[in-house]
Amino acid sequence: MAIPDLKQDTFAALLAGQAGRRPEAVVLREKRRGIWHGTTWRALADEAQALAAALAARNVGFGDHVAMIGENRPGLFAAMAAAHQIGAVAVPLFPDASVEEAAQQIAACKAKVIFAENQEQVDKMLRVLPRCPSVQTIVHDDDRGMRHYAQTGLFAHRALVEEGRKAARPTGPQAGGDDPAFVFFTSATAGSAKAVVFSHRAMIDRAHAVIGADGLSDADTTLAFLPPGWMCQVLFSYAFAMVSGLCICCPESSDTLLEDLREIAPTTLLMTPRMLDAILSRVTYRMEDTGGISLSLYRRALATAERTEAGHLSGVATGLGDRLRLALDSLLITGPLRDSLGLSQVRSAYSTGDALDPGMLRVFRAIGINLKQLYGTTETGFAVAMHRDGAVWPDTVGPLLEGVEISISADREIRVRAKGMMSGYLGAAPVADGWIETVDLGHLDARGQLHVEGRVDSLARLVGGQTFAPRALENRIRVSPYVRECVVIGDGRETVCALIDIDTLAVGKWADGHEIPYMGHVDLASQDQVYTLISAWISEVNEALAAEPAQAALQVRRFALLPKELSAEDGLLTRTGKLRRAAVTLRFATLIDALYAGGSVAILDHADAKAGGAETEGLGLKIGDARVVVGGTGRRAA
Amino acid sequence: MNVVAHPAGMTRGFPIGEPVLELDGISLRFGGVHALTNISFNVLAHEIRAIIGPNGAGKSSMLNVIGGLYTPQEGTIRFHGEKLSAMTPGKAAHLGIGRTFQNIALFKRMTVLENIMAGRTLYTRANFLEVALQLPRARAEEIESRERAEEIIEFLEIQHIRKMQVSRLPYGLQKRVELGRALAAQPKILLLDEPMAGMNVEEKQDMCRFILDVNDHYGTTMVLIEHDMGVVMDISDRVVVLDYGKKIGDGTPEEVRSNQNVIDAYLGVAH
Repeated sequence: MAIPDLKQDTFAALLAGQAGRRPEAVVLREKRRGIWHGTTWRALADEAQALAAALAARNVGFGDHVAMIGENRPGLFAAMAAAHQIGAVAVPLFPDASVEEAAQQIAACKAKVIFAENQEQVDKMLRVLPRCPSVQTIVHDDDRGMRHYAQTGLFAHRALVEEGRKAARPTGPQAGGDDPAFVFFTSATAGSAKAVVFSHRAMIDRAHAVIGADGLSDADTTLAFLPPGWMCQVLFSYAFAMVSGLCICCPESSDTLLEDLREIAPTTLLMTPRMLDAILSRVTYRMEDTGGISLSLYRRALATAERTEAGHLSGVATGLGDRLRLALDSLLITGPLRDSLGLSQVRSAYSTGDALDPGMLRVFRAIGINLKQLYGTTETGFAVAMHRDGAVWPDTVGPLLEGVEISISADREIRVRAKGMMSGYLGAAPVADGWIETVDLGHLDARGQLHVEGRVDSLARLVGGQTFAPRALENRIRVSPYVRECVVIGDGRETVCALIDIDTLAVGKWADGHEIPYMGHVDLASQDQVYTLISAWISEVNEALAAEPAQAALQVRRFALLPKELSAEDGLLTRTGKLRRAAVTLRFATLIDALYAGGSVAILDHADAKAGGAETEGLGLKIGDARVVVGGTGRRAA
Repeated sequence: MNVVAHPAGMTRGFPIGEPVLELDGISLRFGGVHALTNISFNVLAHEIRAIIGPNGAGKSSMLNVIGGLYTPQEGTIRFHGEKLSAMTPGKAAHLGIGRTFQNIALFKRMTVLENIMAGRTLYTRANFLEVALQLPRARAEEIESRERAEEIIEFLEIQHIRKMQVSRLPYGLQKRVELGRALAAQPKILLLDEPMAGMNVEEKQDMCRFILDVNDHYGTTMVLIEHDMGVVMDISDRVVVLDYGKKIGDGTPEEVRSNQNVIDAYLGVAH
């Protein structure tokens, strides 16, 4: 039977197409009570239709907004699909949004219905209600603890589906390709979140661009573990599934993520640099723990792989001996490692959302994981440029994706034009000439590879006149497994200093190995030995910087270890783990002044102490010095 | 048809009912030591009943009498109005009385899942050979046990440690696993011996919530011993106070708190 070629430029049409072609194929997997359960395309389409009918009966229809708040769950995806059935706009929110943020965002889009995952989210939504008169209905997916809630307008997801099965099919107008499908809120690296509108056609177009470039198909499986409020995660789960038919797996909880990863062994995966850093930290300190012959074999395997890949990129064919060694290493060393990480089946993994250190990218590729960078912003649909198989230059983000035009402004800012961009900000006029500013600096090289050099507003300039991108420098420092996050300061100063957030697990392990007693993160971050450890690493980075004349001035003179991990709750990171530079420098202003003042101890004032948790109030924070290489020859202590 | 922002008054999932356990004139002696003297109180269906008292007041002895570990010299125990001649741990289990211990008594070398499934022993009939050969009945029972255990794992939010060996877990989690094993036997009455001893504030809060959730969701009647007065007063429906093996108070937390005998016992009084 010939498949009717539906005009597939809306998600409703794509769902109908997938459910018609492959009704019994599994589109969603979720672990319930220890067992992975699958939802077929037919079941998803049925559920979406029933929910849509129930929503239509509640007077929700074309152009209305339907919000959803929770982790990646089959119910959440069904809610998105239901909204799209009746021409409504899906608005996924970040599950850990505060009441304040959620209220602002729901009020901004005037959502009529909210799909909340569980009791925790329902409680939050009930507190949001007084400020959001548009909300008529709240739907909860997980029934646990919900028996006592007697509010009118509060329904169980399941009850709504049952109701919708009996209701008449909705007859309201359907969405066309150019009608809005999603509203996303930006992760707000600077300032407050902006609401970005995407049409069906734009989302589908961006999904096609990535899927086409990498040949993803219905044989692929992905694990969706990043917050659904992030545009990129929805692109990689919902939109990819609708377009290519791949299967989305939902982890049981964030605590079981690594175990779920191993059980599912996804073939394609969306990651963030922060997460990759955490994985690499774990691998590195465990490897160093083994020591001896295992460690030297591991290092040799990585070195061989990095050397041959670099050779391949510069056009040198890999010799027979190297090919044999690579095969043997893959069998005995990197293969088992990939397996233990749950990444043995990965055909393509993507890092996006922030700059990835080229060194880290090389290591993952050497382990045998086909990791690529994907570049874009929420406004540009995240699919602007991407590495292609066999041509991954680590210092670039790859060539442009299909349908993307780029122009570099006089002051080097990247501007993007493509079909699949946002329609505009919610409530604002559409982008006039179609060019969207990314606020990132960069250039295209002769090979057509895009280089991204950091954000326009984060570019720093030393008093001596040298400009530099703090993120690139921070990423070099973050390569150490002991450093989780790093913030370098230097804009308008004579020298560069750094705030270091240590990796509690890795440093704790190191302290155990050196018989250094400690109690928790605060204690660990104030130990002299830990300062010595970090100082040694920064000196090593300084040496490498000194070797490059253009970078020699960027050597880190002094640093302090932060008493508390930077977190999204404190407003110092975005929900996807990106640094909020302005917030950090403001919060630690006293400490930063102390770094430049020259003393060896900084007394935190009240605001700093609060940022560091109550237990650090009145605490004197140590400041460490790092060795600096001067003029490439002599050394002196700063 | 807007949603109302204020939650309605909480209604109890299982309203407090008739007495399920009545203890009358219980006295327990170890040689010359009078551990319990003429203690009488009852436990109503679906309530959370606390036994409190200073060290050595006889709290654990009382729990062990109910659980059948000790046989009192005097007094009667009625279960659903029926007089029990001599309680034994086995009989208690079959009657639907489960318990946890003050010093965690888990199988240290087994995983969380295995420990909880071990709590299902009461409901398995397959013999050694059937289990060894994985015959149909053994397999069916295993599947049922696993389903039930997974339900409890989800309820207690310990999915991330289900395959971990118990001895490697922190104390607070071990306590939670022990509660899980007791729940696996689907008890009607659950005896908790100092469920919050040695926990930090956060762990105590978690444990309180799980005790209330279990009571609310499964309707399990709870008898618990606890040292921490604050915790007891917050979660119990009624409290029995023991001192030197004698009952010195019985009633709602408010009544007990204003009882002069109880205040004296806790704060000390010049004799």
